[in-house]
Amino acid sequence: MNEVKCECGHVNPQGTILCESCGRVLEEKEKEKQLVDMRYEGSARRSQTYNKTFIDKIWNFFSSVKVGVWLIVILLIASSLGTIFPQEMYIPPVMPPWEYYEEQYGWMGKLYYDLGFNNLYSSWWYLLLIAALGVSLVIASLDRVVPLYRSLKNQRVARHESFLKRQRMFSVTDSGLSDEAIGKIKEELTKKRYKLREENGDILAEKNRFSRWGPYVNHLGLIIFLIGGMLRFVPGMYVDEILWLRDGETKAIPGTEGQYYLKNNQFILEVYDKDKDDEVFQEAIDKVGTVVKNYQTDATLLQKQGGSVPGEKPELKKLRDQSIQVNKPLKVDGFALYQVDYKLNEMSKMAFQLENKESGKQFGEVVVDLYEPQTKYDLGNGYKVEIMSYFPDFEFNNDGEPATKSRIPNNPAFIFKMFSPGKPEGEVSFVAIRQNLEPLGENEFKMTFAGVETKNVTALTVRKDLTLWIIALGGLIFMIGVVQGAYWNHRRLWLRRVNGQLWAAAHTNKNWHGLKRELDDVFSESGITAPQDQVSGDKKD
Amino acid sequence: MKNKRLITRTIILAVMALAVGYTLYANMNKDKNQKIVIGKPAPDFVLVDMEGNKHRLSDYKGQGVFLNFWATWCKPCEREMPYIENQYQQFKDQGVQVLAIDSGESELAVNRFIERKGMTFPVLIDEGPVQAAYGINPLPITFLIDKEGNVVKSHTGELSEEKVREFMEQIKP
Repeated sequence: MNEVKCECGHVNPQGTILCESCGRVLEEKEKEKQLVDMRYEGSARRSQTYNKTFIDKIWNFFSSVKVGVWLIVILLIASSLGTIFPQEMYIPPVMPPWEYYEEQYGWMGKLYYDLGFNNLYSSWWYLLLIAALGVSLVIASLDRVVPLYRSLKNQRVARHESFLKRQRMFSVTDSGLSDEAIGKIKEELTKKRYKLREENGDILAEKNRFSRWGPYVNHLGLIIFLIGGMLRFVPGMYVDEILWLRDGETKAIPGTEGQYYLKNNQFILEVYDKDKDDEVFQEAIDKVGTVVKNYQTDATLLQKQGGSVPGEKPELKKLRDQSIQVNKPLKVDGFALYQVDYKLNEMSKMAFQLENKESGKQFGEVVVDLYEPQTKYDLGNGYKVEIMSYFPDFEFNNDGEPATKSRIPNNPAFIFKMFSPGKPEGEVSFVAIRQNLEPLGENEFKMTFAGVETKNVTALTVRKDLTLWIIALGGLIFMIGVVQGAYWNHRRLWLRRVNGQLWAAAHTNKNWHGLKRELDDVFSESGITAPQDQVSGDKKD
Repeated sequence: MKNKRLITRTIILAVMALAVGYTLYANMNKDKNQKIVIGKPAPDFVLVDMEGNKHRLSDYKGQGVFLNFWATWCKPCEREMPYIENQYQQFKDQGVQVLAIDSGESELAVNRFIERKGMTFPVLIDEGPVQAAYGINPLPITFLIDKEGNVVKSHTGELSEEKVREFMEQIKP
């Protein structure tokens, strides 16, 4: 027996509280209450009823609003944790991430990294939480919208007395009933755009039923939004990469499968100038010192011609020159490159003088390209310098030997061998920033630091997003749902003749005050008592 | 009626579970080298070695290729290099070729490293495109390519000498 037959003859699903058709109270517990609970029209939320199989248990778990709310709370907390320190994709790739977090943020940064919060938004547990919320949205909505739709569709004009008198707005009129008076009310209701249904002198006036679907439209929008987010994982739909380019460097644009290349001609950082710029900026400049006016990468976009094998020097055709500024991206083939970060003054070349330690006499300059150093530098007259070892990112490793942490010249160090007519077998010197060691004994010569050349580095985000319109559509539907549910109220008025009396009851899903005013207006000239609020006056909804 | 409901619920849950499963799977594989599929041809490349000779992967058809990505600053790479060199000596006459691709360092650094470690197989410097084609992220990583040019295996992380031997045995034509 899965169904409950009401006295009026209508067959309701099990668990129904108020008969879908006549509104009779079907549950014993509910009968004792002064007012009926009109939530979901007293329909059977099916999850509350069936709990037989494993599938039903899962279903019921996700159907619970309580579970949904907890998921939202947990997600909010988790999402905020990810904003404490930058996510890994946003840190400069100058050193391994674990070192970066520890160096920048101390033990908290280390903990952050160890807990995996550096990639929080793509961690499996975060995605699982989002997914659980999505599932909860679908199931909770389905579980409520279907029975609600059924009840509203099946509702009869004449509701049972027990239903009417348990409505919050209710009145009984004994005298002064005339067809004229009722005609007046009907006229007023029609003016206020109520839809009227009449059966045997009983009347149901209803308007804005669609407002009841607002929350479900809203959830539908959210689900479409989540589907859009999910599509980002489908290859080719979404690209979000970072491209670091030194001045003068050309690299393939990531995500384009080597089809497009970008050359950074120059990165420019401009600040507001007190003397040259408009007076309105004066105060701000005085207050904070420097204010950046412009971050700009002067770039050249190139396209690969023909097929070339990776590693082969590709044949590149220049497409155009463009300056990339903040919010003025370079766009090509669905990809957009945005100015996002920079690094000023990365060391690119270092100069040294070969110097006699005693006399201070110099025998020529050695300029070392820190990305591609030469092995030998001939200074003429029998003076020569050879680089025996090069450590772009110097450190002493665990064994106490000089080593490099990466290939980026953050802290260059060299082992030079210096040849001179007096020392043709050469002298060994270890040179790092502010260090000059002679590991193999006292030397006659030394390498004196003579300057450094630097380059700027620009960082561009490479972005392609084919899911954006789906996400926008989801957002739009979401907003439609909000408006639909918030700006209209579903209002109903029942009029029923009971033993020569006229019973009037009314219901709205929100804004009882508005309903009261409207009904007072409708009934005012008819001589019939408008439905009165049965909840004590000081209680507001 | 009841069966129908159970079926509907099962279908809805299954569809959602599939969608979630796909998303998680796609996300987990996002950072791995999805570019390389075992059993499929290895992406071709051309690089120049330290002596100036061009090496094209597809020219090594008919031989097994032990393709190692490394860098001088990578400790495990440094430790496994002598093992690779030893086994290369054993297998080079049996049709196994070693190609070691450095991750965009200076020639000086690479040459000094080769001198120190005494490597005799070709060492190639890649400025990025080949690593991108192979989806290289952590170093070292080794790919085994058979005589047909298909990827047989990929291994991320340090290799023992025993493993190197086993791998070369595997791709011996």
